[in-house]
Amino acid sequence: MRGARGVAPVAILLALAACERKRPAEGVAAAAPAAAAPAPGQPLLLGHVASLTGNEATFGDSTEKGIRLAVDERNAGGGVAGHPVAIRTYDDQGKPEEAAIVATRLAVEDRAQVLLGEVASKRSLAMAPIADRYQVPMVTPSSTNPKVTVENDQVHPYVFRVCFIDPFQGGVMARFARQTLHLSRVAVLRDVGNDYSVGLADFFLARFRALGGEVVDDESYKAGDQDFKAQLTAIKAHRPEAIYVPGYYTDVALIARQARELGMAQPLLGGDGWDSAKLFEISRGALEGSYFSDHYSAEDPSPAIQGFVSRYRTRFGAVPDSMAAMGYDAARIAMDAMARARDLTGPAIRDALAATRGFAGITGTISIDAHHDAVKPAVVLQVVNGAGKFVAAVQPD
Amino acid sequence: MRRLRSLALAVLPLAVALPLLLGLRAVAGPYLTIVLLDVGVNVILAVSLQVVNGFTGQFSLGHAGFMSVGAYTAAKVTLGLADVQLAFLPTAASDAVVFAGALAAGMAAAALAGLLVGLPSLRLRGDYLAIVTLGFGEIIRSVIENSPWLGGALGLTSLPLETGVVGVGLAVVATVVMAWRLLRSTQGRALLAIREDEVAAEAMGVDTTGYKVRAFVISAAFAGLAGGLVAHLIGSISPGNFGFVRSMEIVVMVVLGGLGSISGAVVAAAGLTVALELLREFQAYRMVAYALLLIVVMLARPQGLLGTRELWEPWRRRRTGGAA
Repeated sequence: MRGARGVAPVAILLALAACERKRPAEGVAAAAPAAAAPAPGQPLLLGHVASLTGNEATFGDSTEKGIRLAVDERNAGGGVAGHPVAIRTYDDQGKPEEAAIVATRLAVEDRAQVLLGEVASKRSLAMAPIADRYQVPMVTPSSTNPKVTVENDQVHPYVFRVCFIDPFQGGVMARFARQTLHLSRVAVLRDVGNDYSVGLADFFLARFRALGGEVVDDESYKAGDQDFKAQLTAIKAHRPEAIYVPGYYTDVALIARQARELGMAQPLLGGDGWDSAKLFEISRGALEGSYFSDHYSAEDPSPAIQGFVSRYRTRFGAVPDSMAAMGYDAARIAMDAMARARDLTGPAIRDALAATRGFAGITGTISIDAHHDAVKPAVVLQVVNGAGKFVAAVQPD
Repeated sequence: MRRLRSLALAVLPLAVALPLLLGLRAVAGPYLTIVLLDVGVNVILAVSLQVVNGFTGQFSLGHAGFMSVGAYTAAKVTLGLADVQLAFLPTAASDAVVFAGALAAGMAAAALAGLLVGLPSLRLRGDYLAIVTLGFGEIIRSVIENSPWLGGALGLTSLPLETGVVGVGLAVVATVVMAWRLLRSTQGRALLAIREDEVAAEAMGVDTTGYKVRAFVISAAFAGLAGGLVAHLIGSISPGNFGFVRSMEIVVMVVLGGLGSISGAVVAAAGLTVALELLREFQAYRMVAYALLLIVVMLARPQGLLGTRELWEPWRRRRTGGAA
C-alpha cells in the first residue's frame, strides 16, 4: 500500500510533463449525412423546434403559425421542385437539453431536410452542433445573439439566421435616440438573467456613448420580478431623458406602469422582445409614446406586407407579430433554397442558403453574409393608442 | 480480505458494464443515444438526490444548484485545456482523459459547495432545510448570471461534445453502486436511523449533523458529475438550465420512485424521461398528460412506485435498517 501511495504524484508529474499543445485541428470527422434526397413526389420535411410551452410560449406559437402559412402557400403553388412540403413541430419546453434532443430526432429519425428554430439564442446554441454533425441546415428565425452562427471566429457551416443580430439592433436604437430624438442623457434598465437583454444593453451603451451621448445610470432586474420601484427611483434621481429597457414584454409592461406611478414621464426605449399583444394589455397605456426597434411593422403600407397581414389574419384571426413574420420568412427562405439547390441533400441546401441574396421577405430584403447572418433593415415603432406605429426604417450601416 | 471484497464489489459492476456499454454504443442510433444519455443523466441525479431525500429523510431543493457547480467547473476545465494534448496518447484518448479529469474536478467542486451549504444548514430540519437549499440554488444562479467570466446569462458555449454512452453508463453504474454500498455501510445505517427518528439516533450516539453533512456532500458530488455530463452533452450551458424547476423535476422523480428506494429512483427517472419523449406527439398538451400521469401514480401509490423497497426484494414489506 505504501508503495502505491508514491505512484500517484509521480503519475501526475509525468502527465503534466507530457502535456503539449494540440496540433491544429485535423478536421472533425463528419458523420455520414443523415438525409438522402427523397424520391420524387415524397414530401420534403421542415422540422420546427419550438417552445410551445414555458415562459416564452407565445414566441413559439407565433413562429409556428408563420411557418404554417408559408408552407401552405408554397404547397398551393405546387411545392418545391415537385415535392410537397410538410412540417413537423416538436415542443422543447424552453429547455436547451430538450431542444438538442428534438433537433436530433428531427434530423436523424424524421430525416428533415431543414431545421427551423429556435427563437431563443440559448436553445439555438444547443441545436447548432447537431445541425453541423448531421449536415442538416438549420435556419433560426429570430435568435439574435452573434454566437449562434459564429463561435470562436468559426462559422457553423450548417447554421443560418434570417434576423439581424444584437449589435445591430442595439446600435439602431442608439442611433435613433441620439440622431432622431436628439437625446443626450439616457439610463439603462436591463434583465441580467437574459443574455439577449444584456447583449442589447451593452451594444446600445457602446453606440450611444460613441455618438456623444451620456449614460447616466445602468440598473438591472431579473425576469419575473414584480417590484421595480427601487431601480426606477434610482434612475429617476439621475433625470434621464429616456430609459432603455431591452427586456421581454411581461417585465417591460410592469416596469412602465411602475415608472408612471412614480411620476416618471420619460419615454421608454426597447427592442424586439417588446413585440407581443400582451405588452399593451398588461401595460394599460403606460407605454404611450415609447419606442422600440423591431423586425417589421404590420402597419407598413407596402403591398407585400399588407397581403401577408390580411392572409394571416384570415387564417388565424390575429395580427401577425414579428415572430410570426420571422417564422414566415425563415420557412420561405428555406424553401427557396431547397428549390434552388442542385439536389436535396444537406450540403446542397446549405450552399443554396449561403447564396441567398436580395430575398424579398416580409421583414425586409434579406441577404445572407459570410457569417451566415442576415443583412437587412430594422424598423423603429412608437407606441400610439396601444399599438406599435411605424416611425422609421433603419438600414444596416 | 474484507478490503479486497469491498474493492471487488465496487469495481466488478463497472467491469461488467463496460463491454455492455461498448456494445450499446455500437448498435444505438443517434436519436436513441441522445435519449439514453438524457435518461442516464436523470438517473444519476435522482439516485444522488435519493441519498439526501430518501436515505437521510432531509428535504433538499437545491440539487440543480450543485449540478450547475459541477457543470461550470467541468466546462471551464475542458475549455481551458482545449488546446492541450497528452503526448503519449492519441488525440481522442487524450481528450477523453481531459474530460474525465474535468468531471472529477466538477465533482470535487460540487462536493465543496455541498460542504459549504451543508455545514450551516443541516442543523435545520424539514421545511427549513428545503428553503435554505432552495435559496442556495437561486444564489448560485444569480452569481453565475452576474459573472462575465462564467459567460453571464448566455453561459458558456462551444464546449467539446465528449459525453457518450460509455461515459454516462459508467457514471450511472458508479452512482448506483455508490448508493447501494452506502446503504449497507455503517454510514448508511446511521442515515436510515436519522431518517426514522433523529432524536433517537442522537440518543444512540449517532453524530447526526456529521452524517447528514457527509450524505449531503456525497449527493452534491454526484449531482456535479451529472452537471459535467450534461454540459458536454449539449455543448453549451446557461444558468437558466439549472433553475428551481430543474431541482423540482429531480425531486418529483425521487418521490415518484419511492423515498428510500434506489431502484425506485432509477425506474422513475428512466420512466419519466422516456414517457416525456413518447408523449412528444401531443405537442403543447404533453405537459398536461405528464401532470396527469404524476397525479394518477401518486393517488394510486402515495408511497411512490416502490416505496422503500427495491426491485430485487419485492417480498420485503419495509426496510427498517435492521438486519440484512
